Amino acid sequence: MQNFINAYSAVNLSYLMRGLWVTVEVSVVSIFFSFIIGTLLGVARYVKIKYFSAIVGFIIDLIRNLPLLLILFFTYFALPNIGIRLSVIPASIIAMTVFESAMLAEIIRSGIGAVPIGQMEAARSNGMTYSQAMIQIILPQAFKKMIPPLVSQFISLVKDTSLATIILLPELTQHAQIIYGQNVNYTIPMFAALALLYFIVNYALSVASHVIDRRLN
Amino acid sequence: MINILTNNFGTLISGLGYTLLSSIIALVASLIIGTVFALLEISHKKWVRVIGKAYVEFIRNIPLLVITMAFYVIVPQFVMQMDGFTAGTIGLTIYTSAFIAETVRAGIQAVPAGQMEGARSNGLSYTQAMVHIVFPQAIKIVVPSLGNQFINLVKNSSILAFVAGFDLMYQGKIIAATTFNTFDTYLVVGVLYLVVTMPMSYAMRYLEKHWSRA
Repeated sequence: MQNFINAYSAVNLSYLMRGLWVTVEVSVVSIFFSFIIGTLLGVARYVKIKYFSAIVGFIIDLIRNLPLLLILFFTYFALPNIGIRLSVIPASIIAMTVFESAMLAEIIRSGIGAVPIGQMEAARSNGMTYSQAMIQIILPQAFKKMIPPLVSQFISLVKDTSLATIILLPELTQHAQIIYGQNVNYTIPMFAALALLYFIVNYALSVASHVIDRRLN
Repeated sequence: MINILTNNFGTLISGLGYTLLSSIIALVASLIIGTVFALLEISHKKWVRVIGKAYVEFIRNIPLLVITMAFYVIVPQFVMQMDGFTAGTIGLTIYTSAFIAETVRAGIQAVPAGQMEGARSNGLSYTQAMVHIVFPQAIKIVVPSLGNQFINLVKNSSILAFVAGFDLMYQGKIIAATTFNTFDTYLVVGVLYLVVTMPMSYAMRYLEKHWSRA
């Protein structure tokens, strides 16, 4: 018990909170970019432009089937070998964005596929162009249905930011490791704090997703 | 790139072997644990359901790395010696079991309730009805997503690199550090992962399409 009281000193807690803040920042920026890129890729794969869609689809499949950790290593350790040097935060954000865009693209493609074809036909016969119909009619309906899988992918992303400790991104897990590295008695309190903090953030996301999903559908 | 592959072929293949071994052990173990928690989640007693749900929600919302590191750091301190491969595989098992529990639960609940009622009224016990009537029908829904879980496991087993688990990612890290040729090394490692995951992922897509039609 004394270990817990000592471990959760004001200094350590504020250090953990700064780590949590980096986790949230990197997650939010990565979610933002991967949502935009994922939507573009998802639409590109859905519209079936000869060769182009097939190539996009193949690249998405390649990225989806690689471990994120490898992509992270690649951006941070391998790119300098060909002259591209990134510091830790941009490297983490780029790696997360590349991986999550591919994951989101698949979700978005199947979401678009689930919108009845009559919606597109009706929009087109009312004089809309293909892209107008896609943007104004199809995508809004698709996103509405996609909220649960999208949010669960965002939850994965928040969890996956912990992998960036390996390139020393100063996020939550990294900060906890530094604290228990100084005092072996702090190991259990730190892991308890890690589990609790990640759980709070992610469970809040999952509850929010249920609430929004129920409101919309 | 070819040099990296030929000079370190043995090491890389043994890494791939550990990756697959860890994934297979974790798949089997998490299938057992996941099924147990799925059964808890659909129990008639409320407190049993709460336990099942709490486990699944808790594990699903914390990172795999935190679970794995907890086993790697805490267990040797208080309980017993544990090497990286064991700690990593246990971490993978626990993490994956929560996702498999959800899949199995969904699979069981997709079987019409009348099947269970029919079996019970024909004199089968709850366990008999589950094993002989409900499970065989649920498997059809569960198998395709188990394939996807296995692909995830192969990818997630790269977590062993954090705990010196001798897997493919770990060996790649060592080769990169000794040859300084990070670019080619990680390219080769990536190709080796894809050799396993890509065919499986296409096979699963085919399976999903054709099983859902049947």
